[in-house]
Amino acid sequence: MSEEPKAPMKVREMVVLRVTAKMLIPFILLYALYVQFHGDFGPGGGFQAGVITAAGLILYGLVFGLDQLKRAVPQRVLEITLAIGLLMYGGTGWVTLLLGGNFLEYGYLAQHHPVHGQHYGIAMIEGGVGVGVASGLLVIYYALAGRGRR
Amino acid sequence: MIQQFPVLVVVAPLVAAPITLLIRNRRLTHLWAMAVAWFTLFVSANLLHEVLTTGPISYQLGGWAPPWGIEYRVDTVNAFVMVIVAMIASVVIPAMPTRIRLDLAPERMYLFYTATLLFIAGLMGITVTGDAFNVFVFLEITSLASYTLIGLGAGRRAPLAAFSYLVMGTIGGTFVLIGIGLMYQMTGSLNMADLAVLLPGVQHTRTIMVAFAFITTGVSIKLGVFPLHQWLPKAYTYAPDLVSALMSATATKVIFYLLVRMIFTVFGATFVFGVLHLDWLLLPLSLIGMFVASLAAIYQTNIKRLLAYSSIAQIGYMTLGLSMVSVAGLTGSLVHLFNHALMKAGLFMVVASIFYRLATHEIADMRGLGRRMPLTFAAWVVGGLSMIGVPGTVGFISKWYLVLAAIEKGWIGIALLIVLSSLLALVYVWRVIDVAYFQSPPEGQADRIEAPPILLIPTWILVGATVFFGINTTWTVGVAEAAARQLLGVMP
Repeated sequence: MSEEPKAPMKVREMVVLRVTAKMLIPFILLYALYVQFHGDFGPGGGFQAGVITAAGLILYGLVFGLDQLKRAVPQRVLEITLAIGLLMYGGTGWVTLLLGGNFLEYGYLAQHHPVHGQHYGIAMIEGGVGVGVASGLLVIYYALAGRGRR
Repeated sequence: MIQQFPVLVVVAPLVAAPITLLIRNRRLTHLWAMAVAWFTLFVSANLLHEVLTTGPISYQLGGWAPPWGIEYRVDTVNAFVMVIVAMIASVVIPAMPTRIRLDLAPERMYLFYTATLLFIAGLMGITVTGDAFNVFVFLEITSLASYTLIGLGAGRRAPLAAFSYLVMGTIGGTFVLIGIGLMYQMTGSLNMADLAVLLPGVQHTRTIMVAFAFITTGVSIKLGVFPLHQWLPKAYTYAPDLVSALMSATATKVIFYLLVRMIFTVFGATFVFGVLHLDWLLLPLSLIGMFVASLAAIYQTNIKRLLAYSSIAQIGYMTLGLSMVSVAGLTGSLVHLFNHALMKAGLFMVVASIFYRLATHEIADMRGLGRRMPLTFAAWVVGGLSMIGVPGTVGFISKWYLVLAAIEKGWIGIALLIVLSSLLALVYVWRVIDVAYFQSPPEGQADRIEAPPILLIPTWILVGATVFFGINTTWTVGVAEAAARQLLGVMP
């Protein structure tokens, strides 16, 4: 009895991978948010959170295919979030300028509690970094994964 | 508001770039980029005026005092360089909708303006910052933006040229970073003024000598000093024409400023020239670069490659003035930054106009063009005369100061070599004039194909300025000399 040689299974057909990925991705994204907001008090911050977010979405792309990922996060949206990330950072600086401080002098964000101002400022720019890094990494992934299949 | 100006020159184009990404509309993004460039010019001109009247300005980013915080420090030298960059950007960006040799669909032009604004933001950052690590960050922003801009050139060679620049540029950038890291290891400081105070205590150590070697070599790669120039002709040749105009007139100037800043402010002239004798290396390399690159320019058949080699020779003049370590020599170098920016940008604009009509960069195809595009070619003649150094143009002013500096040092031979190298410039400028004016145009083609005003006006602004500042030198030479005195620590 000779069996037909099986064709190697495609990633998308592997049930274990699909189920595990589906279970993991929400937690990865949640963990990214934890790292993002924990950055104010301890290790972590926007860059790491952005990388983790992108990693979660790239895992989705690897298991379910680039087209599926692009349906969830269109390239056009990424271009906008990329700009917004940088604008959140630069915009915070401009706001401090307009409030009478130096560029990125966070103390001016809360006139009566400079320490609160520091807190708001850091939260804003770390948010900008997170959004910018996540979008940037995804754009790079789209460009590399989409090569030669236009 | 004037006390906020040092940061505005950087963050205005930096924040304008993502806004460009959001606007997307082709016409609006162009107007936006133009407005930002003019705003930057206004701010830098104000800064220069302020610095000349009241002395250096220090700006604390985020309100953190130096040496812990990042300090932006404006003095005569970098205010002068900022004005050069902003001026060239303000003149070249208006001509950009012609989309010459751009491998980009018209509806994606906003990406081109975004990269241009980031490029300007990076250059301004390198110039204005007083923090050594900040220099590296802005160096990377500039480089990444310029790889993008070069890669947008039409044809398959543009991405290749961008890639070979990327390889060399990354090596250069890494060298600079290693050097900064070693200095930080020895002194614990990244602030340039603070480093200048701390370095003399440890300057005899091998670490600092290695740091100096890494920084000088890294910056020289980025600058394209002979023999580290191989990436430059390719990059300038295959980049879109207007990008070549912008880059040749701004990027090399800023990187030369960085070299000057590192040598004179951070390490100090006594250490660099008195202990390490950088001039023994830089002077012969400058002279060889002037001659080899000018000779190479003579043999080019592609007009952009000719101009690129000419740029390498001109960089030789700048480093020559630097290696003389005198007020006259440094004045010559700094005034040449301004002068060369004007003439090279003007000449690249001429190339852009020719390509707009003929779609060629081959000199052989330009037969009889002097009669078909009279105004464009008149601009080539004036810019070319300046490149040679004919009296009445800016080229003469720079060479005059360099020759004076050489004579002042008693180096008559070098003074003669400067004059001799100008004759080589005469040959390569004349080759184009000969083809354009003394050969008859090919049969059966339109008589007049003058470039459109959108190209012609910026070209003539630049070329007109080479004549204006060639006759009225009070402003340029005055500022350059004040800057040179400041760098060498000589009080007037």
